[in-house]
Amino acid sequence: MSAPRDFTELFSSSASWLHGEGPHADMVLSTRIRLARNLRDVPFTHRARDEQLHGVLASVGSATQASKALAGGLLLKMQECTAIERQVLVERHMVSHELGDGARPRGIYVAPDDRISIMINEEDHLRLQAMTPGFQLAEAWSLADTADDDLDRSLDYAFSDEIGYLTACPTNAGTGLRASILIHLPALVLLEEIQRVLKSIMQVGLNVRGLYGEHSEIMGNLFQISNQTTLGRSERDSIESLERVTRQIIETEERARERMVRDARTQLEDKVWRAYGTLRFCRSIQAKEVINLCSAVRLGVAMGLAGLPPLRVVNELLVLTQPAHLQRQAGKEMTPSERNVHRAQVVRERLEAAAREPRPGKPS
Amino acid sequence: MLCQICGKNPASVHFTEIHDNKMSEIHVCERCAEEKGMHTPAQQHKFEIADLLAGMVDAMTHTDEERVGHVQCPRCGLLYSSFKETGRLGCSECYTAFQFQLRPLLRRIHGDTRHRGKSPSHGGAGESGTRQIQRLHDDLQRAVEREEFEKAAGIRDEIKRIERSPRATTPGERS
Repeated sequence: MSAPRDFTELFSSSASWLHGEGPHADMVLSTRIRLARNLRDVPFTHRARDEQLHGVLASVGSATQASKALAGGLLLKMQECTAIERQVLVERHMVSHELGDGARPRGIYVAPDDRISIMINEEDHLRLQAMTPGFQLAEAWSLADTADDDLDRSLDYAFSDEIGYLTACPTNAGTGLRASILIHLPALVLLEEIQRVLKSIMQVGLNVRGLYGEHSEIMGNLFQISNQTTLGRSERDSIESLERVTRQIIETEERARERMVRDARTQLEDKVWRAYGTLRFCRSIQAKEVINLCSAVRLGVAMGLAGLPPLRVVNELLVLTQPAHLQRQAGKEMTPSERNVHRAQVVRERLEAAAREPRPGKPS
Repeated sequence: MLCQICGKNPASVHFTEIHDNKMSEIHVCERCAEEKGMHTPAQQHKFEIADLLAGMVDAMTHTDEERVGHVQCPRCGLLYSSFKETGRLGCSECYTAFQFQLRPLLRRIHGDTRHRGKSPSHGGAGESGTRQIQRLHDDLQRAVEREEFEKAAGIRDEIKRIERSPRATTPGERS
């Protein structure tokens, strides 16, 4: 795996978490493990001086080069990126809104295996993340754990025997772990069973958010489910409990889909094909509408309807049609209405290209 | 299973309490849990940090509040009152400086105050060994509670082995 050499190369490659592969990829888009870490001798980001943060960027940069799992990647400093470039990274789920503001010495390190990256000087000095396509908690944990062990050999982490890894916000103290999955639950939404399911998810100590993290709107029937607490249980316990609950959700959604197909197959197929038709022939479209229509198409793909684009194309549309991606691709800033026209063009071209590629009708 | 308080509704909220090394389980219905002010970690999340802190401070007298607010981290200079406003600590030393204020807060957020996950690999060997033994004792207790006696025996042997070895090894993730 070779690393992108600069932002342009990173932009032209597709994020691997969108590839529509891995177990249960027709329902679980991606799995993410995040570990929050801080350097013992530097105040937390919000209290550190700029020169201290430059020091953190440099220390983390050199620690990555001493790591087998991380060496040879790309370090992007936020202050050297344009506002649109920073926003592109946010839209790809590589950096958070906080990191994307560009006001302070912050950065992102992308490993040659682009499933692994490190946000530097976010709320915590390091936010190490591993993102895989599909439902692969064990694989994502192993990637993050290995990279964390490597960094730990070069960096002096803030850690106490009693409280564990010390973080700027006490809600992350302990393991500093946030394990999450991005899951598509259209049948539970359509059958109005989602509230009951979400309520029980929260009762077992897990958290539910929208596609773009905290406080983001639920769109396209996509839900991010993650562990809530980080103190008092091991990483393995937290991950196992998310794994168990996710398996139950997958099963519940599967049963709901079976019922829908049995009772209303024609209406369902009609919804799928109308969504596809709109995307394929639109001339002006908003990002939110793309996300919602993609939800119907994604359901059609999962049902095995022949003639629809592969999951990877549907997943990539979610990100490629976001405002910063459109503007970076067009090479200029655009007004919202200009973006709607350009977005429609991007969607049409992608779907047309996918329609020309010969492939089996069933999802792989 | 019926609620252990009202005995009428099905128990949907489950608590595990550990007192003096004894574990007890409580199964109650949602209504009783709410009436008795028992909260699950998920319900707690609905409150922001500021609310949590405000709640804690409410229980103090005015002088207590003033005193707590003026506690300052000797290393970074952060006042506890600033943490209350922002929900962010200033440096790793703040955890020690504010330990008496933070402990109840951590318990409210996480339902626990003790780390049970992985630890840095290059810490002082003696310290890490102590931690490993401590964790194994936790595991042992849990195994006994779950009546997994074979596993418990294995953990006990492991503890003995480490205690006997002159140089305690660094702990990894519990398997």
